[in-house]
Amino acid sequence: MAKGQKMLRIQFLSFVRKEFYHVLRDKRTLMVLLGLPIVQILLFGFALTSEVKHAKILLLDNAKDVASQSLVTKISASSYFDIQQSVQSYDELEEAFKKGKGACALIIPYNFASDIQHGGGVRLQLIADGSDVNVSKTVVNYLTAITGDFVAAQHPTANLPMHISLNQHMLYNPEMSGSMSFIPGVMALILLILCTTLTAVSIVREKELGTMELLLVSPFKPILVILAKAIPYLTVSIVNFTVILLLSFFVLDMPIRGNLLLLYAEAVLFIIACLSIGLLISNLVKTQLAAMLISMMGTMLPTMIFSGIFFPVENMPILLQAFANLIPARWFYVVVKAVMLKGLGFSVVWKEALVMLGMTVGLLALSLKTFKVRLE
Amino acid sequence: MIGLRNITKTYSKGSVLAVDDVSFFVDKGELFGLIGPDGAGKTSIFRMLTTLLLPTSGSAMVDGYDVANDYKEIRRTVGYMPGKFSLYQDLSVEENLHFFATMFNTSIAENYAMVKDIYEQLAPFKKRRAGALSGGMKQKLALCCALIHKPTVLFLDEPTTGVDVVSRREFWDMLRRLKSQGITILVSTPYMDEAVLCERIALIQKGRILSIDTPQNIVDSFPVALYAAKSDGMNALLSDARAYPHMGSCYAFGEYLHLTLKEGSVEDFSRYLGTKKHSNIEVKSIKPGIEDCFIERMTGN
Amino acid sequence: MKVISVDKLTKTFGSFTAVDHISFDVNQGEIFGFLGANGAGKTTAMKVLCGLLSPTSGSATVAGYDVYRQPNKIKQNIGYMSQKFSLYEDLTVLENMNFYGGVYNLNNEQLNTQREQLINRLDLHNEAKKRVSELPLGWKQKVAFLVAIMHHPKIVFLDEPTGGVDPITRRQFWDLIYEAAANDITVFVTTHYMDEAEYCNRVSIMVDGRIDALDAPASLKTKFSADTMDEVFYRLARGAKRGE
Repeated sequence: MAKGQKMLRIQFLSFVRKEFYHVLRDKRTLMVLLGLPIVQILLFGFALTSEVKHAKILLLDNAKDVASQSLVTKISASSYFDIQQSVQSYDELEEAFKKGKGACALIIPYNFASDIQHGGGVRLQLIADGSDVNVSKTVVNYLTAITGDFVAAQHPTANLPMHISLNQHMLYNPEMSGSMSFIPGVMALILLILCTTLTAVSIVREKELGTMELLLVSPFKPILVILAKAIPYLTVSIVNFTVILLLSFFVLDMPIRGNLLLLYAEAVLFIIACLSIGLLISNLVKTQLAAMLISMMGTMLPTMIFSGIFFPVENMPILLQAFANLIPARWFYVVVKAVMLKGLGFSVVWKEALVMLGMTVGLLALSLKTFKVRLE
Repeated sequence: MIGLRNITKTYSKGSVLAVDDVSFFVDKGELFGLIGPDGAGKTSIFRMLTTLLLPTSGSAMVDGYDVANDYKEIRRTVGYMPGKFSLYQDLSVEENLHFFATMFNTSIAENYAMVKDIYEQLAPFKKRRAGALSGGMKQKLALCCALIHKPTVLFLDEPTTGVDVVSRREFWDMLRRLKSQGITILVSTPYMDEAVLCERIALIQKGRILSIDTPQNIVDSFPVALYAAKSDGMNALLSDARAYPHMGSCYAFGEYLHLTLKEGSVEDFSRYLGTKKHSNIEVKSIKPGIEDCFIERMTGN
Repeated sequence: MKVISVDKLTKTFGSFTAVDHISFDVNQGEIFGFLGANGAGKTTAMKVLCGLLSPTSGSATVAGYDVYRQPNKIKQNIGYMSQKFSLYEDLTVLENMNFYGGVYNLNNEQLNTQREQLINRLDLHNEAKKRVSELPLGWKQKVAFLVAIMHHPKIVFLDEPTGGVDPITRRQFWDLIYEAAANDITVFVTTHYMDEAEYCNRVSIMVDGRIDALDAPASLKTKFSADTMDEVFYRLARGAKRGE
């Protein structure tokens, strides 16, 4: 039995090495594998961050007191906003809006200073041009942060509730926290594309080449084929994940607040889930082209739509929400946001992790079950 | 060693009949040839015997194991070389062999004696990627990979297709040496001239066996006299010969026509040709080859 | 009249000389067998002659056009068929014909005549509207050949046209070749069946990029005192260095 196990180990390692050869010798694909995440992150990162710099805002300062003045100074000092015009009334504000003078307007209430003084909470109103959701979301974010700092400086001991209300007609997903939330989303997408497509294609390639015939005629176990195929892509994916983290941190100034180990563990779990999807697809199709198309359309599209990365799941009809729960990326996205951006720990994300684990086990079992030991 | 009993294989829910009630037996240590054109069902038979496909009906045994139920045992003991070159093009010669050795729970060192003769010819190129090898070399590498685990039965599906005459001869020499080591070999080929290199052959066409015997017996059982004819204008000779009223069959065979007569003597036929405008006519009686037999069985059935 | 004329044609890939100063002529209406061992340079030479590859040095004209300067003219005047690719499997016989008719600019009248001729010649009345994938291999190859000469090219290049085909169909295929040659179409053919070499007017045998023998099959057999072309080929190709 010990000899059998040793043999199995040698077989497995030999298979894994072969897979690494395939990956490493196909230089062009490897370049795409490693280059794609970098390009995507930089594109998403810069495209989105530049958008929110120097956002033009209109100002209606009803308070006109010392506190409101210093808040306005603080706001205009930041590079994120340019105060385009100060208006005196709502009518004037509407007029300025119509002329397209600004993307949003900040309204400071009459008794701003006393609100702060008396600890009654701060109420700022923001009216945004609903056509540019990204900008207004970011603006709300930054304004909240700036006002928060401001209030804390004015009144260090109090822990005041703050409220910035947004005009109703605008789409707003309170869970979204600005451009930063795109990075976890892009992470999920990249890992999904790489892992699913590549594993699917690599197994189907063996079918097309005819080498699968030889493997089937050997005593080699299907589970080992599947695992051995997964390992090189798991490695590449972890490298990619690291690159994305480094880029986000150093180039895009993203915070990594939570436990890095936890983040990696969750990423590996998600990667394995994606690999299992790829394996499952490879069992069902015969050509590389079909594998490619199905993994692209079948996984990427639903992920873009239903994972919450681009469209808030909360606003979907209940049926679609239920469907969204079947998408692994949806859970991974929540986890990464929680761990990376909010610095939350395992005690908060264990449910999501459990869901992903369940999905992974299910998918792996299914792909093993559908693995054909014969040609038809 | 190999036995098929009434094996039938259909595809596309029975609409395509690939193998039609085929039965034959191959003895231990025998070199058995399946001779037939593409689409005769050779590959389907190979895939059923190597457990890659299940027969639609009938049963088959390989080395004492049933192909449907004992597929794991069969996969441990057989060597298989598929019709299409099926090695990893991006791995080197050495890496391919090493990989397949490991897949079959062995190592190159352990069974080197088995492949030594063939591998030595490949050794100068062992670092070269398999995709960059010539046809003959690829075929040798594939054979090495199929042999590296010392199989008791070797299945070679059209190993010489698309390979030039020199490599084909070398390949058959290798098969004969393997046979002398006691390995049972089932080989298929569309080249009729290779049939005589097998101990016994099955002629197969459209999924049906036309005949099974030693090449000699098949040739001896050719039912009628066979003649060869040639002249300086072969194309005209072919049409004139076919127009002869007592002509049985008439086909071009290299520089001669091969023909059989339904009745009358060959002298009559020669006289008939004499009346046409041909120069240097030669008509002689010949022994049939496997291809003559194949054509005869094809048209006879 | 010479339809192919090749003089010291050479094609190198880096330091590798695939085709090494070959010279030969092919006459109109001739059936020319182009034989050689695996890796001898046959495929490369054929690609050059079909205008798909530009030669490194030497000269060659095909159908009267220069392989360096007029590859497109060459392509209009030749037909090509190979064992690997010939017809679209998912189109019917007629659809394939229409497609190739379009490629070679046949007008409707010509196309109709050709269609009728092909269907009658191969007795395909019941199969013309079937997809090519449903036809047996032998029929496919015969259809492919007739489609390749539909535009009545000066030369048709056949790359192992009969590989894997059954013995009777193989001979029927050669009947078609003879008919084409009788219609003044020059046939340039490669094959691994040595009996087919006998059907050619002349054959050339390539070894290591060179043409080591070129003559009528009977003369070659006399010259090498061999009984069969198989033996002639074997003696020549056995000495090949380029095993690769």
